[in-house]
Amino acid sequence: MERVLMKGNEALAEGAILAGCRGFFGYPITPSSEIAEYMARKMPKIGGVFVQAESELAAINMVYGGASTGARVMTASSSPGLSLKQEGISFISEAELPCLIVNVSRGGPGLGGIQPAQSDYFQATRGGGHGDYHTIVLAPSGSQEMMDFAMEAFELADKYRIPVMIMAEGTLGNIMEPILMREPVTKFSEKPWATTGCRGRKPNIVNTLHLGNEELESRNHQLFNKYQIIKENEKRADAFLVEDAEIVVVAFGIMSRIVKKAVIEARKKGVKAGLVRPVTLWPFPDEHIRTAAKNARLFLSVEISMGQMIQDIQLALAGRVPVEFYGRIGFTPNPEEILQEIMRLAEREGL
Amino acid sequence: MKKVFQKPESLTDAKNHYCPGCSHGLIHRLIAECMDEMNIREKTIGICPVGCSVLAYDYFNCDMLEAAHGRAPAIATAIKRLLPDRFLFTYQGDGDLASIGMAEIVHASARGEKITVIFVNNTLYGMTGGQMAPTTLLGQVTTTSPYGRKAENEGYPMKMAELLSSNEGSAYICRTAVNNPANINRTKRAIKKAFQVQEKGLGFSMVEILSACPTNWGLNPLDAMKWIEDNMVPYYPLGEFKVKEEQ
Ligand SMILES: Cc1ncc(C[n+]2csc(CCOP(=O)(O)OP(=O)(O)O)c2C)c(N)n1
Ligand code: SF4
Repeated sequence: MERVLMKGNEALAEGAILAGCRGFFGYPITPSSEIAEYMARKMPKIGGVFVQAESELAAINMVYGGASTGARVMTASSSPGLSLKQEGISFISEAELPCLIVNVSRGGPGLGGIQPAQSDYFQATRGGGHGDYHTIVLAPSGSQEMMDFAMEAFELADKYRIPVMIMAEGTLGNIMEPILMREPVTKFSEKPWATTGCRGRKPNIVNTLHLGNEELESRNHQLFNKYQIIKENEKRADAFLVEDAEIVVVAFGIMSRIVKKAVIEARKKGVKAGLVRPVTLWPFPDEHIRTAAKNARLFLSVEISMGQMIQDIQLALAGRVPVEFYGRIGFTPNPEEILQEIMRLAEREGL
Repeated sequence: MKKVFQKPESLTDAKNHYCPGCSHGLIHRLIAECMDEMNIREKTIGICPVGCSVLAYDYFNCDMLEAAHGRAPAIATAIKRLLPDRFLFTYQGDGDLASIGMAEIVHASARGEKITVIFVNNTLYGMTGGQMAPTTLLGQVTTTSPYGRKAENEGYPMKMAELLSSNEGSAYICRTAVNNPANINRTKRAIKKAFQVQEKGLGFSMVEILSACPTNWGLNPLDAMKWIEDNMVPYYPLGEFKVKEEQ
């Protein structure tokens, strides 16, 4: 297979196209704009649709419409844009429309800055908009995964009729890495629920309104039954040197690659460190965390935020092992400072 | 016996929930008659708003979506782009279209999206209990303009047909009313023309319909019709504002 050098954002866009995405609706924002630009170049050539929407609100509602036709469609944005998309994501979740939503995330709150950040973790994993719902959230760690996860995202979205979010720090959008090109997807599932005009069948309705008490409650239960199945089937994480680890570091996305270096260095210095890298942020891989806790004296969550995923680690461990936090915002922690933090904690704990 | 009147096939048998004298049911029927006459029911996808007509998906006998408040034109845009040979209509109230959905409607029109918008202007927010809308007339009392709308405070009522007709992308923009049989017939003709403009791919089409909300106006259905004539028509002139001809 062909190896090519690709920017993360472009790898993601090409992955989506290989997965059969034929509708892109977006509004420019750094550091995600290359996805839109790539789609603007490509879509007209492959019979797809590209629309630069008037706002992220419009873009996500175009996704709602596009997905309702049964086509594979997506949008991409960055943190402030994701805030605007939350209305639509709530509606899309309720209407159970499969689609891909990408957050090439940056620092906040407010306009924040364009530095890479992971501070949209709560927004991504708790639903983000109004109502009880979740989206599947995938966190790639390099260009190859930008492509592969985009492809997988569409499969998961169709399988569960759910919006899938890819959360990638700005760094991942911009770095260039050699990747293996994938084969285009040729098999797609039937979508008998799609609103395409009712020729030869009863009319289909895409709707999120449930006025009756019982209807509303049973609707929420239906969604949660689906979320339960997703939790059972789709939790994913990579574990590195956790078997005998006394300090388990948890990090996702680009941060996991940086932490890996620090863990290797810590091992050289005789500290039994290990790494758990959540691949799915929702559903959170809590069982992987518990498995890694076998010999752990301490967990350390390293994030490019003020500390959000740490809460999921604490929930997973339910007080069995203490969890420390190291994070920065505006900067991405480097291997040296993480190593220093691991060594400091190891000394404190007498490890 | 010859049948001279029947329910259009493009309407379902569901009993509607509208108040007595409300124009929504009547306008639904006009749209459905046009769909029947053009034989496009099975090719039509409708999008209902948030407002009193939020349940319109139960009344139209075609594929339907229910939109977030104001976003119907964005939803219709994507569907039409992906399925260009289908007929797309949005059905929107004045709060939905002229307030919260202002950006979506202006840009759908500016892009010349080949969709048909049915815009029901009843001068206020019906569903939420009669609050002021961008279309509320000067002096008109609503629950959030209890002393009457004043230009100094609330600005001027918006003329959407005029506004959108200035966009190049708009191919057919018309304002009608449903306060008497002649105007009802004109409204139906306008809706049909809008669908035909869509069929020809000429661009964006909208019919703004001056409509009655007797409940929130505090009038009986007959007086409500007269109120349209006496108060709305002078400010919102009827007629075609934009008619793009085929090249
Ligand atoms: C985001 C959002 N804001 C506010 C509301 C509440 N709301 C429901 S209907 C409506 C106004 C509808 O008025 P209009 O569009 O004029 O339609 P009508 O009911 O008069 O037919 C409002 C403000 C909502 N559902 N969603
Ligand atoms: S409140 Fe007004 S717009 Fe709503 S159904 Fe009643 S009459 Fe019609």
